Amino acid sequence: MSASSAFNEEKMGSSSVGEAEYAYDPVSGKIFSSDYNRHDDLKEMLDSNKDSLKLEAMKRIVAMIARGKNASDLFPAVVKNVACKNIEVKKLVYVYLVRYAEEQQDLALLSISTFQRGLKDPNQLIRASALRVLSSIRVTIIVPIMMLAIKEAASDMSPYVRKTAAHAIPKLYSLDPEQKDQLIEVIEKLLADKTTLVAGSVVMAFEEVCPERIDLIHKNYRKLCNLLIDVEEWGQVVIINMLTRYARTQFLNPNLNESLLEDGGSGDKTFYGSDEDEDDDEKENKEKAEAAALAKRKPYVMDPDHRLLLRNTKPLLQSRNAAVVMAVAQLYFHLAPKAEVGVIAKALVRLLRSHSEVQFVVLQNVATMTIRRRGMFEPYLKSFYIRSTDPTLIKILKLEVLTNLANETNISTILREFQTYIKSMDKDFVAATIQAIGRCATNIGEVRDTCLNGLVQLLSNRDELVVAESVVVIKKLLQMQPEKHSDIIKHMAKLTDNIQVPMARASILWLIGEYCEHVPKIAPDVLRKMAKSFTYEEDIVKLQILNLAAKLYLTNSKQTKLLTQYVLNLAKYDQNYDIRDRARFIRQLIVPTEKSGALSKYAKKLFLALKPAPVLESPFKDRDHFQLGSLSHLLNAKAGGYQELPDWPEAAPDPSVRNVEVPEWTKCSSREKRKEKKVEKPFYSDSEGESGPTESADSETNSASASDSASDSEQSRSSSESEESDEGSESEEEKENKNKKKVVKKAVKESESEQSSEEENRKLEKKIKQQEKDSETVSDDEESDSESSQSTSEDSESEAEVKKKAPVSRTPPKPVKKEKKEMSLLDLDDFEPATSPQVTPISTLLSNSLVTDLEGLSLSDSVLAPSTITPSGTLKSYELLHRITGEGLSVEYCFGRQPFSPDANMVAVQLQFTNNSTSETKNLHMKDVKLQSGMRVKEFPEIELLPAGDTASAVMGIDFCDSTQAANLQLCTSTRKFFVSIQPPVGELMRPVFLTENEFKREQGQLMGMNELTEKLILDAKYRNEHAIVQRVTTAAHLSRVPCGSDNECRFAGRTVTSGSLVLVTVATGEEGVAQLTVNCEKMVIGTMLVKDILLALTQ
Amino acid sequence: MIHSLFLINASGDIFLEKHWKSVVSRSVCDYFFEAQERATEPENVPPVIPTPHHYLISVLRHRIYFVAVIQSEVPPLFVIEFLHRVVDTFQDYFGVCTEAAIKDNVVVVYELLEEMLDNGFPLATESNILKELIKPPTILRTMVNTITGSTNVGEQLPTGQLSVVPWRRTGVKYTNNEAYFDVVEEIDAIIDKSGSTITAEIQGVIDACVKLTGMPDLTLSFMNPRLLDDVSFHPCVRFKRWEAERILSFIPPDGNFRLLSYHVSSQNLVAIPVYVKHNITFREGSSQGRFDLTLGPKQTMGKAVESVLVSSQLPRGVLNANLNPSQGAYTFDPVTKLLTWDVGKINPQKLPNLKGTMNLQAGASKPDENPTINIQFKIQQMAISGLKVNRLDMYGEKYKPFKGIKYMTKAGKFQVRTYQHFLMVQTSM
Repeated sequence: MSASSAFNEEKMGSSSVGEAEYAYDPVSGKIFSSDYNRHDDLKEMLDSNKDSLKLEAMKRIVAMIARGKNASDLFPAVVKNVACKNIEVKKLVYVYLVRYAEEQQDLALLSISTFQRGLKDPNQLIRASALRVLSSIRVTIIVPIMMLAIKEAASDMSPYVRKTAAHAIPKLYSLDPEQKDQLIEVIEKLLADKTTLVAGSVVMAFEEVCPERIDLIHKNYRKLCNLLIDVEEWGQVVIINMLTRYARTQFLNPNLNESLLEDGGSGDKTFYGSDEDEDDDEKENKEKAEAAALAKRKPYVMDPDHRLLLRNTKPLLQSRNAAVVMAVAQLYFHLAPKAEVGVIAKALVRLLRSHSEVQFVVLQNVATMTIRRRGMFEPYLKSFYIRSTDPTLIKILKLEVLTNLANETNISTILREFQTYIKSMDKDFVAATIQAIGRCATNIGEVRDTCLNGLVQLLSNRDELVVAESVVVIKKLLQMQPEKHSDIIKHMAKLTDNIQVPMARASILWLIGEYCEHVPKIAPDVLRKMAKSFTYEEDIVKLQILNLAAKLYLTNSKQTKLLTQYVLNLAKYDQNYDIRDRARFIRQLIVPTEKSGALSKYAKKLFLALKPAPVLESPFKDRDHFQLGSLSHLLNAKAGGYQELPDWPEAAPDPSVRNVEVPEWTKCSSREKRKEKKVEKPFYSDSEGESGPTESADSETNSASASDSASDSEQSRSSSESEESDEGSESEEEKENKNKKKVVKKAVKESESEQSSEEENRKLEKKIKQQEKDSETVSDDEESDSESSQSTSEDSESEAEVKKKAPVSRTPPKPVKKEKKEMSLLDLDDFEPATSPQVTPISTLLSNSLVTDLEGLSLSDSVLAPSTITPSGTLKSYELLHRITGEGLSVEYCFGRQPFSPDANMVAVQLQFTNNSTSETKNLHMKDVKLQSGMRVKEFPEIELLPAGDTASAVMGIDFCDSTQAANLQLCTSTRKFFVSIQPPVGELMRPVFLTENEFKREQGQLMGMNELTEKLILDAKYRNEHAIVQRVTTAAHLSRVPCGSDNECRFAGRTVTSGSLVLVTVATGEEGVAQLTVNCEKMVIGTMLVKDILLALTQ
Repeated sequence: MIHSLFLINASGDIFLEKHWKSVVSRSVCDYFFEAQERATEPENVPPVIPTPHHYLISVLRHRIYFVAVIQSEVPPLFVIEFLHRVVDTFQDYFGVCTEAAIKDNVVVVYELLEEMLDNGFPLATESNILKELIKPPTILRTMVNTITGSTNVGEQLPTGQLSVVPWRRTGVKYTNNEAYFDVVEEIDAIIDKSGSTITAEIQGVIDACVKLTGMPDLTLSFMNPRLLDDVSFHPCVRFKRWEAERILSFIPPDGNFRLLSYHVSSQNLVAIPVYVKHNITFREGSSQGRFDLTLGPKQTMGKAVESVLVSSQLPRGVLNANLNPSQGAYTFDPVTKLLTWDVGKINPQKLPNLKGTMNLQAGASKPDENPTINIQFKIQQMAISGLKVNRLDMYGEKYKPFKGIKYMTKAGKFQVRTYQHFLMVQTSM
């Protein structure tokens, strides 16, 4: 709606309802929910026919929803507005509908028809939003409608709608899981989609609906790898996670051999206690691996697809999105050979600068990684140092990482750092630090005594928590070598008077009990004190008192018999049944009675058995059986919907399943066939449009680097459209394929010097050969190409390759034939000897500039070039000078459609001189050009000698100033002057530009009204196919084809040579050959003339 | 993926909820409140909380908890990163992201959330696209809307989502074409008691404000790109070009954005621009402590150190502080025990000093711990790493843009430890 009409409405309405409307705050939902009359008010506003009132009402309702207030009673009133014209009202109604449809299913059905209508809308964005809302309405009854809509949208020509279809799949699946089979079909179809827009969404749908159907991925694997970098960031995360799982099922473990090699030399590992278990695991693995390796004895060669994945994900480590970085990191951790995993460390450390929540998750994963691959993070040790401002959660995780990273070389630094942490004010953190010191002490033997000493000193700390924690840790350490440390035990016995923390008291008691033989004098005294305070102790302490009593009774019954019995009696009447139980058990076991069984004999053995020292190990050990970065890994528990990370297969599954059949049309040699394919499948042309821009973005880079001004880059691009550059880059590619390092220059020079037909033939042969090879080279090329340009999708490459080939392989025979025919129209008997191709001599002229142009071009540029189709063989010649007026000299000209390299604003005109006389013509040159104002001419180099019966050709450039006025020239020989004029057809006053569909549409939108010319026409039955139209239009005007999503439209774009105004041509075909020609051009004169020309070309 | 979002303020009220799938009762937040109670500090609430049927993933920004409810396996960073993106968007739209701002713009918030997620999967998160879909509220527009009843929903459906440069709006027009780049470097450092550097690194960002007409293609090159050790880019930067030539080549988004963040290689020694002399002591038996702190510039290449702010968490035993600053003003919060000293600019001739006594609780024993001193400062017109932008070129458009580059160095997490190592024997190895 327009603002002015709303304004008027508002003016009229303000006196009656509007006043009341502003009287209260729209956000304060409380008033409304408490008062139902207000709701009536809202209903009234919704029923009114003024958009502003409706909008106001909807805003209030949404505010209510946002605060969690119930607004469901307004449903009927709101649903009525679903077809409202006002966009914002409509959007808010959608919000409401999606929120409450589930509760009011019947009423919600009223809105369905609106969406169904929307699904048919010509605007892709409206189609998409209709599908989005329709699929968000959770009403079971419409499942079939949704299914149908999704299926239809999945083959929509707009990638955006297809993306929405992919989004709708999980919605429908959660609504009705029985649709799974049908949905899988849709997913399969969408997985084949080649646009980056769809890729992320469909993989997400795949993960939610059928993650087990890994077979669906095979055919799309390489495509997904290649598209990855251009997919939006959220899609990247999903795809990478999925590909990790996929790779685990399809490739061999790259570290298999290494782990075998390490088998002998893993001495450094067994050094640490914490690694023992891991080693056991590893040994098992190794045994398996060994068996496998023995069976095969084959050196490991990484599957190229495996390599492709690693290579294409690596740049994403530089993403700004932490989730993407983490996804790549886990992929490398799970899939990469050991030597390569290191690259992720730097990126992960970078994430530590991010928000604390991000740090939290990253540190969790780093902690797991450090256990398996310690070396990776060692250089970044200091990045894990703790700051006093870190939240405790982060501090504790950093501590964990530091502990995992500790080894003999860095332990002194780490311990010094730990010491400062002890002084922190955050007591939880201090406790964790003490634990960490304990772990370092158990892991690294050399520092055990140092740590123990330090911890003992902590026992005199004023903070009880610190002391308690130290006691617990010391207990664990002492267990390792108790005999040396009786003085520490004595010291700790003294602490029982002061320490109140139950865990610490219990630990001390246990220590004294366990090593009572080392402290024979103190132990009974401790028991005495404990017996006194027994009733006030915590349960955990009571149990340890019982333990102590029992142990003392067994070793020193003389002194402690009575005490023990006293304690046991106290325990007998304890409130806690556990303690009563224990007391009864101990009494039976240690106090010999006549009833006591055989067990009491072994009481001492039972109680004072040698206990293994505790292993202090990281809570993150073995967490890597969960896929890193996943929720399950973070929680260390399987979350719903978690897909297990499969083990590596013993033997690699058949890698050929990933081979994509070379799409049929790449094989067909003639362009016609390919065009027909395009007509059938709008997908391809579409994907062309998608992948095109990425290439163009690249090429822009290149051209920008090669030349400073935009026009230059334009020129180099358009020059690459010429056949010569095709040949050049073609030969370049050939060389590359053959791995011969020959420079492009040389290739061009070759074609410069030897223009013999032999050379031509040889080339042709090569090309044909290569075409035959095509099917096999595709995979090879992929390798080499994706290295150079990762952004180009696999398909566009192969497509482009074929395109490159098609025109080239065609050109040599064709021009000859055509030329013959056309010349004969002019003059039959004269033209016999002039069969030598017209094109080749020009290359001599152009080659110089071509060389420079080519230097600036990379492969991706030449990929772009052929997408503009130049009807090279059908150049029309015009007569400049008839042989009769020219006294034997006849001159013809044609528009070669080459860019004129000395001056980009000029149109290149090819002149063909034929000397039909019996004498030779000398000093052919141009003179005294009479031109309209503004026109400029670049003369052709003088032809010094034209022998009788010979032909020569030359190129000149004319700047026609975008007008079809003739350029009047004077052609001179040594003897004569001829006045000639060259009049360009309007179609030659432009050069093609490459636009994407979107750019085209945008530009077209800006060239409406006067600048748009439309003409209806009826196409001849024979020429209704797309190819014929393209052929004819491009013959009539020097334009390039614009990729287009719909199959009944052909679009072309170009710019006028001088002013660079855009020329856009659209041919829309309808039923029965009815077609509509639209030309948009800023220059109306050009537009009008072009319409005429094209009309003529199409209806001939 | 993401089922619902709850916004919870500091006092524990849920003031906004949004559901993308079926409605999840807000009682699920009780688990969150429980965790919140357990945590001593607001930032200590675990970001991921498992509940019997759901998982809660939350971020805390601007004293608001953004709690996302999820039901099944999803990478936690995915959700966290998205939530931060939501906050950034709000900030972008409303200038601030406070409870009041969100409540005032609840409809816009709702519209934004609706566009950002579809069925819990991110749809449009680029601010340029969102701004085309939903126009940010300005005072003028709000007024006009109230009077005319027009909307802040874009009239035209955006095409940016469909283009190859989804981060850039189409049809941008400016009368003044300008591109400004701010190179901001932050020093993270830990300095020990004796003044030697334990760890120091430089993290830098290049924030850009680009207001250029049409589809400009920019390249930015550095004098010394080798300095950059680790980089992360805005998606608009062409990675291959960087790999090959160390040149940033990009079609910029419209408006403000972060072009690049980088880390300066740790091999280079980091220059520390300030030093701190401190003497903070508590004596056994006496109920007083001494406090003496002096700041001075060092390695600043002649540039002034400005906006200096010193803060320190004093031990719990400290009742109050009686200090005398030679410049600036100090405050001491007796509840949180936080001492802040707003120094201002450091004058190398007359070094700022803060001196005085601290009173301890009577009878309390000498505190074990010594405080850490956090320092903030700014140095204009200097990038401490020495990074220099060489040139900025524009292609693809004909006009001449106005270009500007600004350098600044700031303190990041800059800490000075004042405590001695406890008496653990130095490991002899």
